[in-house]
Amino acid sequence: MSKDTLILAIESSCDETAAAVVKNGREVLSNVISSQIALHTLYGGVVPEIASRKHMEAINQVIEQALKEAKVTLDDIDAIGVTYGPGLVGALLVGLTAAKAIAYATDKPLVGVHHIEGHISANFIENKELEPPFMCLVVSGGHTHLVKVKDYGEYEILGRTRDDAAGEAFDKVARAVGLGYPGGPKIDKEAKNGNKHAIEFPRANIEGAPYDFSFSGLKSAVLNYINQCEMKNIEINRPDLVASFQNAVVESLVTRAIKAAKEFGMDKIAIAGGVASNTALREEISKRCKENNIEFYHPSPILCTDNAAMIGAAAYYEYIKGTRHGLDLNAIPNLKLGER
Amino acid sequence: MLVLGIESSSMVASVAIISDEKIICEYTINNKKTHSQTILPMIDEMIKMSEIDKKDIDAIAVSGGPGSFTGLRIGGALAKGLGFALNIPLIHVKTLEGMAFQLYGTKELIVPIMDAKRNQVYTGIYENENEFKVIKEQTPQDIEELIQELNQTGRKVTFLGDGIFCYKDIIEEKCKVEYTFAPSHCNMPRAASVAALGLKMYNEGNYQNASEFLPDYLRVSQAERERNERLKHGNN
Repeated sequence: MSKDTLILAIESSCDETAAAVVKNGREVLSNVISSQIALHTLYGGVVPEIASRKHMEAINQVIEQALKEAKVTLDDIDAIGVTYGPGLVGALLVGLTAAKAIAYATDKPLVGVHHIEGHISANFIENKELEPPFMCLVVSGGHTHLVKVKDYGEYEILGRTRDDAAGEAFDKVARAVGLGYPGGPKIDKEAKNGNKHAIEFPRANIEGAPYDFSFSGLKSAVLNYINQCEMKNIEINRPDLVASFQNAVVESLVTRAIKAAKEFGMDKIAIAGGVASNTALREEISKRCKENNIEFYHPSPILCTDNAAMIGAAAYYEYIKGTRHGLDLNAIPNLKLGER
Repeated sequence: MLVLGIESSSMVASVAIISDEKIICEYTINNKKTHSQTILPMIDEMIKMSEIDKKDIDAIAVSGGPGSFTGLRIGGALAKGLGFALNIPLIHVKTLEGMAFQLYGTKELIVPIMDAKRNQVYTGIYENENEFKVIKEQTPQDIEELIQELNQTGRKVTFLGDGIFCYKDIIEEKCKVEYTFAPSHCNMPRAASVAALGLKMYNEGNYQNASEFLPDYLRVSQAERERNERLKHGNN
């Protein structure tokens, strides 16, 4: 490559306002994240209107900081990458509208990115040797997808959740046992002191869709267990309970990922999304990959959470493929992966 | 001095560029389409047709609220992005003032009313006979309470804004002072008026940096309102 390509990337699909500068899709020059999580904790979850308002407060500062930390100016940037879905529409619109305005004012190309494509691409940043094809398990508060990454920007969704996303199940169970929001990290920590085989919770299998997930039955089983203990006046061992729940989630995720990799002859599995930071998931999938001679890839926690560096990585590969979006690009809250 | 005006606080999408002497161009669509898809292409089209270099724009006047929360954010985020990238200041024009400013030379009280749902309007009271004056700052208010307040002034009133369509019956029934509804060419929010008031404010030193600009919603979110209620009743 004769010249480096710099992408200014912007992400605001949920409760983090983020901007980053990424060089050639793999090198992060800056990665600024302004999190609103403390605020939403007051409400037990993300409040869309509050999230949108906070994005307005943070957006310019975050972008300016990203350029400053990367020691570049807008003049050095080749294209603007931005998440345009899926996510909360009001939240998406703030980052998208600012991105369009910057692209327009500077006559630079605009590249819209799918949020999940960003999560998957987070793996390219720290694993310079990773190239498609590979199997990717995307797990977050809003998404649970098993994706065959055929090439850069080319995806086939093999399985998805039929009801709750894995992260959502973590949040709901955490609330039920009094651990609070956000549930993922709190359950992860509490489960470390528990026995994951203490309680046998059901693992759902969906007929005719071997790679689809379902967590609502599991969530109900946990809630029933809590109710029964309360009725019988039995004290609940919280670490055991959440460890057993977490194990059931991890089992369903890992089993399907390994099975899919084998069926499609892939020797690489990557994980992505907020729940990819979960230590039990990482340990289990790493172990099972080793047993099956599969190479395992994962981003560090800062790149698992919502961030713009991953959007910059995804935007770079879209950019070199020629993807360009117009000034009329709209936020699409239920955007499908691979849809243009 | 060139000022770009942006007005997206309601269903009306409107953009304009004005100079010290005149309106150079104005583009308004008042026909239900998402501002997210239309407003930037409208600016682009306007700039192309009037052969202005966008780098020559000196400031951006934005209708800063109240209004549709999403509409305010689309206009606001657009202005913040443009202001940052073009390195020019933003002027926060209160939406109701921007609307009232377009009526000039009248002895009547100018009362814009925007539908704020639940029998409420966003409103303010203004004069603009020779000089623009704010008689009452913009606020959400019960429509009947506003009419009572106007009845007490004993002065003639001109109403404008989308509230004149949804609250026409109440006004006709309860308004005891003489009143008129502004005709359609001057009864809706328009970017040229936002830009013109913005230019005046700019000359008075009333502008800000793009990162400082925030819409003024005049209402907290529903979740905050409910939480405040719960806290007030002592059960969090």
